[in-house]
Amino acid sequence: MEFTILILALPLLSFLVLALAGKYMPHKVAGAAGTASLAVVALLSYTAAALYFGAGRGADGTFATLMPCNISWLPLGTLNIDMGILLDPISVMMLIVISTVSLMVHIYSLGYMKGEKGFQRYYAFLSLFTFSMLGLVVATNIFQMYIFWELVGVSSYLLIGFYYTKPAAIAASKKAFIVTRFADLFFLIGILIYGYYTQTFTFTPTETALAGAATLLPLALGLMFVGGAGKSAMFPLHIWLPDAMEGPTPVSALIHAATMVVAGVYLVARMFPLFITYAPEVLHIVAYVGAFTALYAAVVACVQTDIKRVLAFSTISQIAFMMVALGVCTSANPNEGGLGYMASMFHLFTHAMFKGLLFLGAGAIIHAVHSNEKIHMGGLRRYMPITHITFLIACLAIAGIPPFSGFFSKDEILVACYHFSRPMGLFMSFVAALTAFYMFRLYYLIFWGKSYYEEQLALYNAGKCSKAPHKPHEAPATMTAPLIILAVISCVAGFIPFGHFVSSNGTEYSIHINKAVATTSVVFALIAIFIATIMYKGGYSRLTRGINRNLRGLMGAAYNRFYIDDIWIFVTKKIIFNCISKPIAWFDKKIIDGSLDKLASGTQRLASLIRPLQSGNVQSYSVWFLSGAIILILILIYFA
Amino acid sequence: MIIPAQYFLILSAVLFFIGVFGFFTRRNLVSLLISTELMLNAVDINFAVFNAYCHPQLLEGYVFALFGIGIAAAETAVAIAIIINVYRNIHSIHIKKLRELKH
Repeated sequence: MEFTILILALPLLSFLVLALAGKYMPHKVAGAAGTASLAVVALLSYTAAALYFGAGRGADGTFATLMPCNISWLPLGTLNIDMGILLDPISVMMLIVISTVSLMVHIYSLGYMKGEKGFQRYYAFLSLFTFSMLGLVVATNIFQMYIFWELVGVSSYLLIGFYYTKPAAIAASKKAFIVTRFADLFFLIGILIYGYYTQTFTFTPTETALAGAATLLPLALGLMFVGGAGKSAMFPLHIWLPDAMEGPTPVSALIHAATMVVAGVYLVARMFPLFITYAPEVLHIVAYVGAFTALYAAVVACVQTDIKRVLAFSTISQIAFMMVALGVCTSANPNEGGLGYMASMFHLFTHAMFKGLLFLGAGAIIHAVHSNEKIHMGGLRRYMPITHITFLIACLAIAGIPPFSGFFSKDEILVACYHFSRPMGLFMSFVAALTAFYMFRLYYLIFWGKSYYEEQLALYNAGKCSKAPHKPHEAPATMTAPLIILAVISCVAGFIPFGHFVSSNGTEYSIHINKAVATTSVVFALIAIFIATIMYKGGYSRLTRGINRNLRGLMGAAYNRFYIDDIWIFVTKKIIFNCISKPIAWFDKKIIDGSLDKLASGTQRLASLIRPLQSGNVQSYSVWFLSGAIILILILIYFA
Repeated sequence: MIIPAQYFLILSAVLFFIGVFGFFTRRNLVSLLISTELMLNAVDINFAVFNAYCHPQLLEGYVFALFGIGIAAAETAVAIAIIINVYRNIHSIHIKKLRELKH
């Protein structure tokens, strides 16, 4: 399996080539180079997966954990920081997800970013991101994971701020970087506590080291979860993700929907054996944080008007589903309480596909109507048939309608939730129904109802509008092909016997649909879709307007995301800046800088005082010399 | 009769401080050189006197006095050469004009 090193090396190479020499390449060559290297990476990932799972299970009924290469990168006495590649079921699964979505985004961007200034830079950053993300998932130890974790943060920052002439994009990229970086501080502290007390950075410390560290492990794991919550946009650290939509849409599909934002879920899954044995209570905190985030994001998604924002909040909500699934685990055995782990990974897999599809579809729509706002859409199904169909498939998948993939993974999550406690199960079923509602609200407002284009055209023909509206058109083949591929995957991914590959303790688990839970959730989802159909199929109906009027307060609050952003601004600007930063700045300027300034000016004054001594006059030197000699002699005589 | 050693020492001290005084106050390089010679010669006298009065059976003091004379001669030669070069460069041997050492 040594060839897996190429999976990391190729995107890095293509990043270096595109970043250094991209300027001298025509757009087509740069795009083709990036896409070709990603295609090879995808092929290698599939091969690796086939070989890995093809090798079969070991004697203990689990897939072996392979380490094709592992070098000691930074030896620090007893603690070593290694760099290498770790293959186990979840990392191989992530390899497939990342390389597939990344390849689709690369192909899609050929069309979407065509003629864009900085095309080569865009592909260079995409390669950098893919490299970092792949490095993150195959990390052999928590520290390597942290290094790549920061690298994905940087590439996300670079890509959100891709349109660097747009102030909103710059602000969004800074916000994303600062918020995730703030969370990563806790992650780092967690890593250091973990490394200090277990004497290793690997994921599998020895039993004796673990026994010694048992009291501090919950703290370390909790801090790591805070880092994961930052990256995965859990409440209240979610504020960066909606703004991150300022980046190019394919980037949102790759980074802020399918791969990077699930890094936090992956982190918790990676540390799952430790969580379940040493810190089950922390795991339950994960579940409650996730459940609240899921509801919060779903409610906010119901009233947003920018289609990318809706998708962003839907992403937050779906990632929260994965977190909940991990959090509700009560044992490592998938048959009794450990089902959530498998469900979470399964949902991660299917979600990456259909959410990537939704974002790419949204990109095609934005490409066609040149706006993010729903008000500029409507009735697009006649103009964009392929986008319409694929978008509908993705909506059905995320809403959890059989036989689309989302149904299977979400069903497993709900089963795990009901197993944990009935209120949790009902709560998550409700959020799932809400998901179906806001997705179909989005779908109807984009593709049904009155066409904004036709209205404008009528106005133009009547002479009431001076500018002819732009006619929406179907996206080019480079953009529709990824849509179709992802739509096909979204249709069939649910039938993958996922439990065969991934489960909480590695042994085989066969997925079986829990009929009661499945029926409830499907009925809930259908009701939600039905309501959405009534309310939004013909644009905003009278009923909808009436509801909006009666719930104005709630709607306004939800539209403003319940003022969480404002609270953060208040906390940072009013409290942290005024009460902490200002005194510290004063101390720094007056005390530290001041004392050093005094030292420097004192030295200077002393220097100007003794400078005349060096006059260049030999005779005065000799006078000083002689007087010194006489003084020394007198001292010697006096003391001797 | 034996002249007491103090007389010689007073002579050499006087000679030395004449040299020092000259070295500090004169402004002409050649005068400085002469003052230096005076100081060196005062030292030579000290060598000879201490040898004669303290260790009459030994010769080290005389030998050092001879070394001192030799060194003084060599030093004079070098110093004269330097002074000539200084004169060639700045057309003066006034010490106030020699401020290159400052830099």
